[in-house]
Amino acid sequence: MPDLATPAGWLPVVFLLLMGVAMLVYVVLDGYDLGVGILLRGAAEAEKDTMIASIGPFWDANETWLVLGVGILLTAFPLAHGVILTSLYLPVALMLAGLILRGVAFDFRAKAQAQHKALWDRAFFGGSLLAAVAQGTMLGLTIVGFAAGWLPWLFALFIGACLAAGYSLLGATWLIMKTDGELQRKAVRWAHASLWLTALGIAAVSAVTPLVSPRIFDKWFTLTTLPLLVPIPLATALLFFVVDRTLRRLPVRLAQGNEYGAWVPFGATVGIFFLAFYGLAYSLFPYLVVDRMTIWQAAAAPESLMIILVGALFVLPTIIGYTIYAYRVFWGKTRELTYG
Amino acid sequence: MDAILLARIQFAANITFHILFPTISIALAWVLLYFKLRFSRSRDPKWMDAYRFWVKVFALTFALGVVSGITMSFQFGTNWPGFMERVGNIAGPLLAYEVLTAFFLEATFLAIMLFGIGRVSDRVHTLATVLVAVGTSLSAFWILVLNSWMHTPAGFELRDGVAHATSWWQIVFNPSMPYRLAHMLLASGLTVAFLIAGLAAYRWLRGDRKPAVAAELRTGAALAAMLIPVQILVGDLHGLNTLAHQPAKVAAMEGIWQTERGADLRLFAVPDEQARTNRFEITVPNLASLILTHDADGEVKGLDEFKGEHPPVAPVFFAFRIMVGVGVLMLAVSWWAVWSLRRGREPSPALAKTLLAMTFSGWVAVVAGWYVTEIGRQPWLVHGVLSTAEAASTVPAPMIAFTLAMYLALYLALIVAYVSVVFYLARKAGAPQSPAQPLAPAAAELRHA
Repeated sequence: MPDLATPAGWLPVVFLLLMGVAMLVYVVLDGYDLGVGILLRGAAEAEKDTMIASIGPFWDANETWLVLGVGILLTAFPLAHGVILTSLYLPVALMLAGLILRGVAFDFRAKAQAQHKALWDRAFFGGSLLAAVAQGTMLGLTIVGFAAGWLPWLFALFIGACLAAGYSLLGATWLIMKTDGELQRKAVRWAHASLWLTALGIAAVSAVTPLVSPRIFDKWFTLTTLPLLVPIPLATALLFFVVDRTLRRLPVRLAQGNEYGAWVPFGATVGIFFLAFYGLAYSLFPYLVVDRMTIWQAAAAPESLMIILVGALFVLPTIIGYTIYAYRVFWGKTRELTYG
Repeated sequence: MDAILLARIQFAANITFHILFPTISIALAWVLLYFKLRFSRSRDPKWMDAYRFWVKVFALTFALGVVSGITMSFQFGTNWPGFMERVGNIAGPLLAYEVLTAFFLEATFLAIMLFGIGRVSDRVHTLATVLVAVGTSLSAFWILVLNSWMHTPAGFELRDGVAHATSWWQIVFNPSMPYRLAHMLLASGLTVAFLIAGLAAYRWLRGDRKPAVAAELRTGAALAAMLIPVQILVGDLHGLNTLAHQPAKVAAMEGIWQTERGADLRLFAVPDEQARTNRFEITVPNLASLILTHDADGEVKGLDEFKGEHPPVAPVFFAFRIMVGVGVLMLAVSWWAVWSLRRGREPSPALAKTLLAMTFSGWVAVVAGWYVTEIGRQPWLVHGVLSTAEAASTVPAPMIAFTLAMYLALYLALIVAYVSVVFYLARKAGAPQSPAQPLAPAAAELRHA
């Protein structure tokens, strides 16, 4: 590890942090809207409009966090960008196709001829699912260090299915907050159904990561670090328990018109994603490509990083500010969206 | 086919698809602001009708621009890993500033611009519209800075083959940037002007006589007539700038093989790369020298001076003629339109049909123009610094071929869907049940998901 007092030492760490935050924010934000897309399949016609209206004002900005995350990888770690994205070539291409399909289906379904609406709804569902599975596959392949062979791919595809479940969980719990009536009760059932596969995915990642790399194994399972790290899986398990219990109680409460705790499943799910991300980040640091390329080997020149950092420090707070503003404008239960 | 060629075709397909939509959204954002301000000033509902119709087209266009743009950010890495490895220190910050200053601004305030009426005050809504317009233009600024730097790199030094910035001022304001930026922004304005006039003409021909239709027809025609002379002037200046920095590109554009004095302008020809000459030439004596050197007897360097280091001639030569041809057509049609529509006159069927035929003419000119400049930069990716072959990916050819087929199918389907939905929206806006009077009934009609 280089001297952290020099710019060449600390700048890559700062950018790794920024990239991590961007990726985490992306996963949570686009996660819920991809999840709503996946859940569209099980919804009635009238419910589809409400579901899509609940994410309509946000999806665009949500996907921008992906561009920021990849943008930081591209600009701050140019050497890793090439290695990672060429290794993930196929899932990346499929994810992009999925994101394109669903992004345009949003607008086309409302504007195209009525008889084409069902087709765009299918494109929206299919694109969302494809993007989610592809992203999970990318995560799986990254964990195994882009190893070749059918076993790593099988594992990666399994993680893809689990991430799709995780996004469905985010989407369903989002709908619990943003809708009411029959759709809201349906969302509770959807959330419950996606819970176990999400948990299985996190368990699988936690089990495989230390097995792939002895270095990561040592990082977790030594006497000095273990006590400090045990709270992460414990807190994750606790949050799963909270989600499960709230989902069991919500139907009765909601039937009485009592919204108490309607935000808890979404909040707890975000917590689960945060902890999973934190654990993963702890495992991988300081490598961008498992045990092959560190952030310092991959980083751009310090002068260039400094230029970006100065801009980011000014602009990021502004972005966060107006993002919060936009969420406040569209706060509360989803109303029909109109161009006014 | 080899992997490099496939990677180039794939990238070209994606960037061609992408540019169609920002070309519209950059200028359309400002036109929407114009419609909104006209309404605020005059309270004439036709301006709000025009705003409501075009904001739908804007939302659709913007969505297509966003999703194809996300693809771009990945393809830099998947198709050209060498690009970021070698010039990442320059390209990185420019791209980062585009994301930070433009993308979030556009995407976030777009929601308020689209769905905010009734939720925020009218002034906040106008402000959101301004911010979206500023965002789209800022985005164009940063990406054109980077693109221009790839044509006329400045403000850097090479250390161990890797570019390091020495002056950000020189990097941002590199020699071709002002011309390219102006040329592209004007192209966006012209594309939107003809799109608006074309769709209004379509509605007119179908018997739609709502006040908004006439207003849009006039706005489109006037905007086009104002911008096209400026564009021709800026295009000429851009060409002279290219001659100074990339003479091989200009030689290919003009189809000039041997260095000559008093060079003829080739109106038409079929360049033959094998024989290094043109066939079937139709020329105007001395005109190329006059245009390029502002001297009928001036010397123009030929392609033979750049043997092995000049771009493929035929695509650059033809694309340039298509771009200029569309430009001349735009000049003629827009001035004809402004003359015919003077003092409230109605358009003749011939004019309306011509405008309808020109609805997407801006796309043709823009794509042809980008082919001139991008193919014209070959064999370089960054002129004189990094060749395209050096930057190419090691991804196996079959995998690129598979994803290329997937992208092409997707893009073709989406272009067809886009054009057909835009015309469908125009028909729907003109349908009798869609009332001309504002607000409540229109809101139900404009339900958006």
